[in-house]
Order: sequence, then C-alpha cells, then structure tokens
Amino acid sequence: MHLGRVLGSVVATEKVAGLEGVRLLIVQPLDKHRRPAGQTLVAADAVSMAGPGELVYFVASREAAEALPNRFVPVDHAIVGIVDDTHLEEE
Amino acid sequence: MKVGRVAGTVVSTINIPVLDRHRLLLCDLEDAEGGVSGYTIAVDVVDAGVGDKVLILDEGSSARQILGLEWGAIRALVVGIVDELIVDGEERSTT
Repeated sequence: MHLGRVLGSVVATEKVAGLEGVRLLIVQPLDKHRRPAGQTLVAADAVSMAGPGELVYFVASREAAEALPNRFVPVDHAIVGIVDDTHLEEE
Repeated sequence: MKVGRVAGTVVSTINIPVLDRHRLLLCDLEDAEGGVSGYTIAVDVVDAGVGDKVLILDEGSSARQILGLEWGAIRALVVGIVDELIVDGEERSTT
C-alpha cells in the first residue's frame, strides 16, 4: 500500500459493466514524506468517506477489487483507508 | 519477498474492515547494498519495530493465507525480522 492525496473525483456515465456505483477519485501518489511521487491515478473509494484534500492509503493490483462490496469488479487501485498520521523515525 | 527497513508507522481509524486492528508499518525497500528504492505500507504480523530490518511479502493470496482470510484487500505483510544478511560473502548491517 502507498500514501496518496485525493485531488478530485471522476464521473463517467459510459463505462464497462461492473463499474456501476463505484466511486472513482483522482489520487496523487506520495512518497513517505508526503511529497508527490509519480503520476496521478484513478482509484475506487472503498472507504466511501475519502474526499478532496484527504491523505489516504491505497492498494494496487487485483487486491483493489477485493476492497469493494462486489469483489469481481474491474479496478486496479482502491483507497482502503484514511491516514490520521504517519510517524517516521527521523521526525 | 523483499528486504526492507521499518521507517515508521501509519495511523488510520477509518479503513476497510479487514484492516481493523492491524498495525501498519511504513517500510523502506532496500537493495542488496542497503540503498533505498521506494517504500511500501505493510501489515505487521511479527511485531516488528521501527528501525528493524524486515522481510516483506507483497502478494495478495499469500498475505490472505497468512492472515487466514478467504478474501480481503491486503497485499503487503511484514513476515520476518532479519537477523543476518550476507551479500557476496559479506555480512551486511541489519540495524
């Protein structure tokens, strides 16, 4: 899992079967110091509570679908939690 | 599996149910020379502490097997604490 910052949401009316009702958010992956790292991605929101600006963590690959109520959905990233805080040893 | 070092912890109260009561460790991923090549957030199953050199498993069905789950969005686990690391016949620091 990796840290990410929610930048916004994505709405798509026309989409493949299985994605109906899945909330999609734009996420900027972050490094451990919460600095942007890598390309933004679209993740399904498995906690249903993540919103723009929120610090989250997400899971990638097949496990992303396992986070959703219907586990056989075509998604490759899912937000699985909202971060309250990170504690790094050098801080 | 990968070798890493526990750099810190992640605190989260709102998460998917399968992650409830699990400790999340933020681990630097290390190459054979000890250089850092990214990080991952992994579920702790061996009571590793910050600063420990650890063994990280990053594969979903193996992770679920260890946790006794039939399904669940968990992929990365800290599955061991490294006592000794020998590369090219030389012992590398595990602290």
